[in-house]
Amino acid sequence: MTSILTYTFKNLPSTSKWALRFCVRPLSCSSQLRAAPAVQTKSKKTLAKPNLRNIVVVDGVRIPFLLSGTSYKDLMPHDLARAALLGLLHRTNVPKEVVDYIIFGTVIQEVKTSNVAREAALGAGFSDKTPAHTVTMACISSNQAMTTAVGLIASGQYDVVLAGGVELMSDVPIRHSRKMRKMMLDLSRAKTLGQRLSLLSKFRLNFLSPELPAVAEFSTSETMGHSADRLAAAFAISRLEQDEYALRSHSLAKKAQDEGLLSDIVPFKVPGKETVSKDNGIRPSSLEQMAKLKPAFIKPYGTVTAANSSFLTDGASAMLIMSEDKALAMGYKPKAYLRDFVYVSQDPKDQLLLGPTYATPKVLEKAGLTMSDIDVFEFHEAFSGQILANFKAMDSDWFAQNYMGRKTKVGALPLEKFNAWGGSLSLGHPFGATGCRLVMTAANRLRKEGGQFGLVAACAAGGQGHGMIVETYPK
Amino acid sequence: MVASRAIGSLSRFSAFGIPRSRGYICRNFTRSSALLTRTHVNYGVKGDVAVVRLNSPNSKVNTLNKEIQSEFMEVMNEIWANDQIRSAVLISSKPGCFVAGADINMLAACKTSQEATRVSQDGQRIFEKLEKSTKPIVAAISGSCLGGGLELAISCQYRIATKDRKTVLGVPEVLLGILPGAGGTQRLPKMVGIPAAFDMMLTGRNIRADRAKKMGLVDQLVEPLGPGVKPPEERTIEYLEEVAVMFAKGLADKKITPKRDKGLVEKLTSYAMRIPFVRQQVYKTVEEKVRKQTKGLYPAPLKIIDAVKTGIEQGSDAGYLAESQKFGELAMTKESKALMGLYHGQVLCKKNKFGTPQKEVKQLAVLGAGLMGAGIAQVSVDKGLKTLLKDTTVAGLGRGQQQVFKGLNDKVKKKAVTSFERDSIFSNLIGQLDYKDFEKADMVIEAVFEDLSIKHKVLKEVEAVTPDHCVFASNTSALPIKEIAAVSKRPEKVIGMHYFSPVDKMQLLEIITTETTTRDTTASAVALGLKQGKVIIVVKDGPGFYTTRCLAPMMSEVIRILQEGVGPKKLDSLTTGFGFPVGAATLADEVGVDVAQHVAEDLGKAFGERFGGGNVELLKQMVAKGFLGRKSGKGFYIYQEGSKDKNLNSDMDSIFASLKLPAKPEASSDEDIQYRVVTRFVNEAVLCLQEGILATPEEGDIGAVFGLGFPPCLGGPFRFVDLYSAQKIVDRLRKYEAVYGKQFTPCQLLLDHANSPGKKFYQ
Repeated sequence: MTSILTYTFKNLPSTSKWALRFCVRPLSCSSQLRAAPAVQTKSKKTLAKPNLRNIVVVDGVRIPFLLSGTSYKDLMPHDLARAALLGLLHRTNVPKEVVDYIIFGTVIQEVKTSNVAREAALGAGFSDKTPAHTVTMACISSNQAMTTAVGLIASGQYDVVLAGGVELMSDVPIRHSRKMRKMMLDLSRAKTLGQRLSLLSKFRLNFLSPELPAVAEFSTSETMGHSADRLAAAFAISRLEQDEYALRSHSLAKKAQDEGLLSDIVPFKVPGKETVSKDNGIRPSSLEQMAKLKPAFIKPYGTVTAANSSFLTDGASAMLIMSEDKALAMGYKPKAYLRDFVYVSQDPKDQLLLGPTYATPKVLEKAGLTMSDIDVFEFHEAFSGQILANFKAMDSDWFAQNYMGRKTKVGALPLEKFNAWGGSLSLGHPFGATGCRLVMTAANRLRKEGGQFGLVAACAAGGQGHGMIVETYPK
Repeated sequence: MVASRAIGSLSRFSAFGIPRSRGYICRNFTRSSALLTRTHVNYGVKGDVAVVRLNSPNSKVNTLNKEIQSEFMEVMNEIWANDQIRSAVLISSKPGCFVAGADINMLAACKTSQEATRVSQDGQRIFEKLEKSTKPIVAAISGSCLGGGLELAISCQYRIATKDRKTVLGVPEVLLGILPGAGGTQRLPKMVGIPAAFDMMLTGRNIRADRAKKMGLVDQLVEPLGPGVKPPEERTIEYLEEVAVMFAKGLADKKITPKRDKGLVEKLTSYAMRIPFVRQQVYKTVEEKVRKQTKGLYPAPLKIIDAVKTGIEQGSDAGYLAESQKFGELAMTKESKALMGLYHGQVLCKKNKFGTPQKEVKQLAVLGAGLMGAGIAQVSVDKGLKTLLKDTTVAGLGRGQQQVFKGLNDKVKKKAVTSFERDSIFSNLIGQLDYKDFEKADMVIEAVFEDLSIKHKVLKEVEAVTPDHCVFASNTSALPIKEIAAVSKRPEKVIGMHYFSPVDKMQLLEIITTETTTRDTTASAVALGLKQGKVIIVVKDGPGFYTTRCLAPMMSEVIRILQEGVGPKKLDSLTTGFGFPVGAATLADEVGVDVAQHVAEDLGKAFGERFGGGNVELLKQMVAKGFLGRKSGKGFYIYQEGSKDKNLNSDMDSIFASLKLPAKPEASSDEDIQYRVVTRFVNEAVLCLQEGILATPEEGDIGAVFGLGFPPCLGGPFRFVDLYSAQKIVDRLRKYEAVYGKQFTPCQLLLDHANSPGKKFYQ
């Protein structure tokens, strides 16, 4: 995830011509990528469990996800989080004093606002009596915020919790080197002029070289893009397949944007700038243009490029989660139930991005569902190669038997139900905020397309992953 | 480790035996017609790229022998003759090995230097054809690429290597007393520059793939892959092949040039190397350094320098000729026979001839966090073994833990592991002061103080808490295991494991079995030792086992020589001049004078007069004055922290004076002194074989060279007897026997060998 720091989408020239060209040949890339007719509504058992409170999402919003370095670039993370919270308040009209607790996920922390949830909540005018905390779990940080909320409500501690996530990649903490920091700290402790001078005499020019936020997995020192490239190679996924998938994501996102399906977006009036109301990373290109890009990580022969990776994004999301009783008592018509969820983790070197492969069967089994019960799949797209590798891993008996301890493969995912409104590749991926977007998209798609169960899954740095079942709230 | 069978050469092949009518192979033809008849090499065609696969049957590694080379040339000739093929990829089908070198037996079969020269010339001819190939050839290297394998790779037009730990490149021929004889001395300097080429060829060191890329030895790296829909190793080789095919196409289409950009330093070096004067200086410096280090005992390094020099100064024809001639000469030297013998012995001592133990050691416990205990713990946690390290005091334990950490951290500095890996390896070590969790231990190695009563005490304590299957191993250098086992409830589980200090550097492990030790216990100890990366000899119990027992008479002679007025410095230079890596007086300081005294007294009691000679009083007085050697800062020399120079300890003069013996002029020439030391060693080693302490002469040689620093150029005491004739050694012993008496009486087995000249330890 952090690896993408170095490679932004900007080296993919974007012109309006591309969009035109795309319109001429929409989805010509591969027949299997074509969208299929919407699924029929099924009426099934619900996943409610005896003696456990039902937990619902009343609604969720996000501010538009923007390429980093664009309209949000002068803001701070808590500004974005605050905007999301205000958007949610406006959308749901929930009285501030009803909110018991607030949780936000974030990854690259602004040191000044390390508990960004609290700063945003105070700024948004919530009661200073409403506690807030911030969680981090790489790309599934807001998933962790949501499931923490679920835990707090299910255990009866609270009834109303706000969960969200925020990431601002336009500004990241760049530190002084350890040597410089040490000298500065020692200086602050020095008592006499002599001590100060003797400390200063130890100064060397290389103390000034800055320390950038880690662009690599700490345990393996490997950047995520590099790992994604190796993963794609391990599953023998070609450059063309990856470019085709990325094109699909951008095309579907464009379509969803044009048709106004991305209803979780709330407009954000950026101080000193125009009001932002649309995601700005959706740029369907052509395979020919994409083929021209050089590999970004494994040079000169790798397959992961700027065009088939998710780009550095600024954004925030927020969600109102309640116990069903409370929501109904307050007169809400909730959007969805949050059902079973799992976290998984595996080898951070060679299986860094295979979280969804492990999480999917586990959460299905936990919920007593099969793949065919799922009407809507919303997976986090870190890289085209990562998504396709997960597809292949789930469709491989060999992988299931040798690495997952299963007798048979998980099965092929029905592409027509998969990320039909675009994904992180096209909509953008503010690390800390993506989880809430996935859940809200699943909920909104279920309502729009008439399904009952949605499956949300995501991979994360550290070789971790998450899966959750979203059940639509009966109309 | 001497890395592989590496002689860098191929022999006869019939270059023109293949008709040119094989041009019918068409596009997408994936198998060659001759496939079924070939067992070592086959090839398929991907588009217009031929993929040649090397796969020696029934072997874990590919070695260049006659079959592989003739099939390889057959295949290459087909490829060159086929108009549809525009480039080729050369790859191994074996995970973990590209080509481990030439078949060492090919050289062993040569009777004369002319024959060996021909072996070299045949190899040179094949690789010249590859080098001049008009169709670009890409070597796709995964795993070891050594000796002849590297020479093969550098004859190709392009090299792509997998960036994993198994992939190492190098020319280890010098370690076998020979030189890279298939063009290595000529091509390497051109490829990586003269200084780097000298470094590679004179040290024989293995170079990891990423380093090789920086040096220009390989052109591209391929990252190893994790699991996909196939096992990682399999898919990685496939991927390497795909990438190599891509580059082969690019080279054939001239979209990629094999030339690479050199860095500034490299450019400057190669510029400087164009100046004849600078080159002469480089040759001179390297030669001087080599002479100083080898003391003229190893001929190979100087010949390597010569061959390189000839090629650069007189042109390649002269260079290749010099290379092959010197190769032939070297192949016939005693030194190369000795070194190759050691290589074979080492391979043998890396196997567990006692079979697979019933229970694998998963939980190890080490008692005593001293130098040895911590060292044993380090080489264990290093290999992922959970290890309990127990000591009696927090300070002692902390010192041991710090030693392990430092050992691991040094590896981080050398970039052998990352700091993260270091931390996770270090987590395998659990330090403690009690016997907690010993009930889960599969093996306990004690490294407590060398005192029988203490060993008895810990043995009883350990047996009270460990499970029945737990092996109790004693790390002792001289105490008989039988005596330690005397108080055991489970003597069949008691064994000796004699490690050498420093444990993480010394390769040898001497395992000592008593009459009650079961085969499974031995198998378990050997398996653990192998896991720790040790070269293992298994010997019978007895005072001093094998290694200490050989060392004791030698050290006794050393003391006598010192008493006779030969100074420690002179003695050191005489012993290192004979090939010992460490001088005899320095060795005593390193081992510890108190330890030497202990051993001398114990073994003196056990073996009596044969172990006499020097007066133990000398050691006693040293111990009394606190001259314990390096560990106390003073011994024969004075040691200062941070300083490598060592000066004689002048306080020793009075001790020497008080114990002075008259030198015997008939046995006091420099050569006599060297032989007095060495023959006592050799005689005792042969006696160990005679008495059955040693099972095989191979183990005797490996133990002497890797544990005690017996001169490697002599190949160990038994190889030495074979190569220099038992008769000559017996003559020497008789001569000294006449002067000093029984200590030099040759043992029966040695006499047997002297009496029948056809009898050899190595047939």
